[in-house]
Amino acid sequence: MIALLRRDLMLAFRAGGGFGLGLAFFLIVTVLVPFSVGPQSDLLATIAPGVLWLGALLACLLSLDRLLALDFEDGTLDLLATAPLPLEAALSVKALSHWLTTGLPLVLAAPLLGVMLNLAPSGYLWLVASLGLGTPALSAIGAFGAALTVGIKRGGLLMSLLVLPLYVPTLIFGAETARRGAMGLDATTPLILLAGITFGTIALMPFASAAVLRMTLR
Amino acid sequence: MTLRVTDLAVARGGVPVLDGVTFAVAPGTALILRGPNGAGKTTLLRCIAGLQPPLSGRIDGAEETIAYAGHADGLKAMLSVRENLEFWAQVFGQTDIAPALIAYDLEPLQNRLAGTLSAGQKRRLGLARLMVTGRPVWVLDEPTVSLDVAAVELFAAAVTAHLAGGGMALIATHINLGLDAQTFDITPFRAKLSQRSAASDEAFL
Repeated sequence: MIALLRRDLMLAFRAGGGFGLGLAFFLIVTVLVPFSVGPQSDLLATIAPGVLWLGALLACLLSLDRLLALDFEDGTLDLLATAPLPLEAALSVKALSHWLTTGLPLVLAAPLLGVMLNLAPSGYLWLVASLGLGTPALSAIGAFGAALTVGIKRGGLLMSLLVLPLYVPTLIFGAETARRGAMGLDATTPLILLAGITFGTIALMPFASAAVLRMTLR
Repeated sequence: MTLRVTDLAVARGGVPVLDGVTFAVAPGTALILRGPNGAGKTTLLRCIAGLQPPLSGRIDGAEETIAYAGHADGLKAMLSVRENLEFWAQVFGQTDIAPALIAYDLEPLQNRLAGTLSAGQKRRLGLARLMVTGRPVWVLDEPTVSLDVAAVELFAAAVTAHLAGGGMALIATHINLGLDAQTFDITPFRAKLSQRSAASDEAFL
């Protein structure tokens, strides 16, 4: 498992690996929002938690295409399926490496972009906490979507349609946590619900992903 | 331990292609699969490797013993030859990749990125992967595609050494490898047309 994680991270950081794709998208979206909304700092502060969460979610979605498709094309998935490593474990590792190369940079960049969106000072801690707890769920669900559509050429659109509804609970509770935090309200309830979704997803999704991947590999 | 296939029926895309296939591969021997294009060699091998379920029949001695090599080599263009091989060795719980590098004459290339290799060199690297799996049964689908004569000899030598160590090999190929092995023609096992309308779960996949 460690070998697979190390290989995936190594590939992500080498040329053409796609590291930074999600991060760059996130930067562009959040930098453009103040331009499109106009110079109203109050309005920006109100929408900042939602915009940051939406940007992070779309950035995750953008990079899902690469999660399994590249390994499918060069035959690695076939060989992994015949390896002693269970497919469930392999897909957990794939989701983890996706989070490390996409989710974690977003979490770290979010406070910086919060400044550009005039996020209230009390919101930073909650924003980082909610993204840190929520984005692993996005990667785990994304691995499931990628496994479902891996056999389809250019299945990106189909995958987005399948995955987006599953992202909604994470988005609702994540953005709610950040919004309440920014308004100075108590945000522990949505944060706990968000954590519940994430841990449930991480525990169960690899089994669903492995089951559908076995079918797509047939 | 023997790889034994009994009365096996396999389907591709919901259509049965082979029916009643029966053969055995004993330790230290190889079996060459023959058959025209589309006869079902790849489907049969994928089934034995555990990548797809058979329609009916039994496969014995194939659990955790198979090293499969299909049409694609599973190489990463941005990793070096050595890194590619080390990755697969670690996945299969092995550590020593030197014999595989020597057997396929890859030592001079070991620090090159796999993406810069020629088709034949990539194929050699893909075949070298079998040696780092430590698995007894090699299931090979057209292993000699894009190999030159010298490389085919390297491959035949590697298979012979593997067999001498008590390993087994099941090889689908069209060329003569110069191996001392039995040949198994799958043409007579082609599924009858009447069976081809069998119900399938393909619509749900």
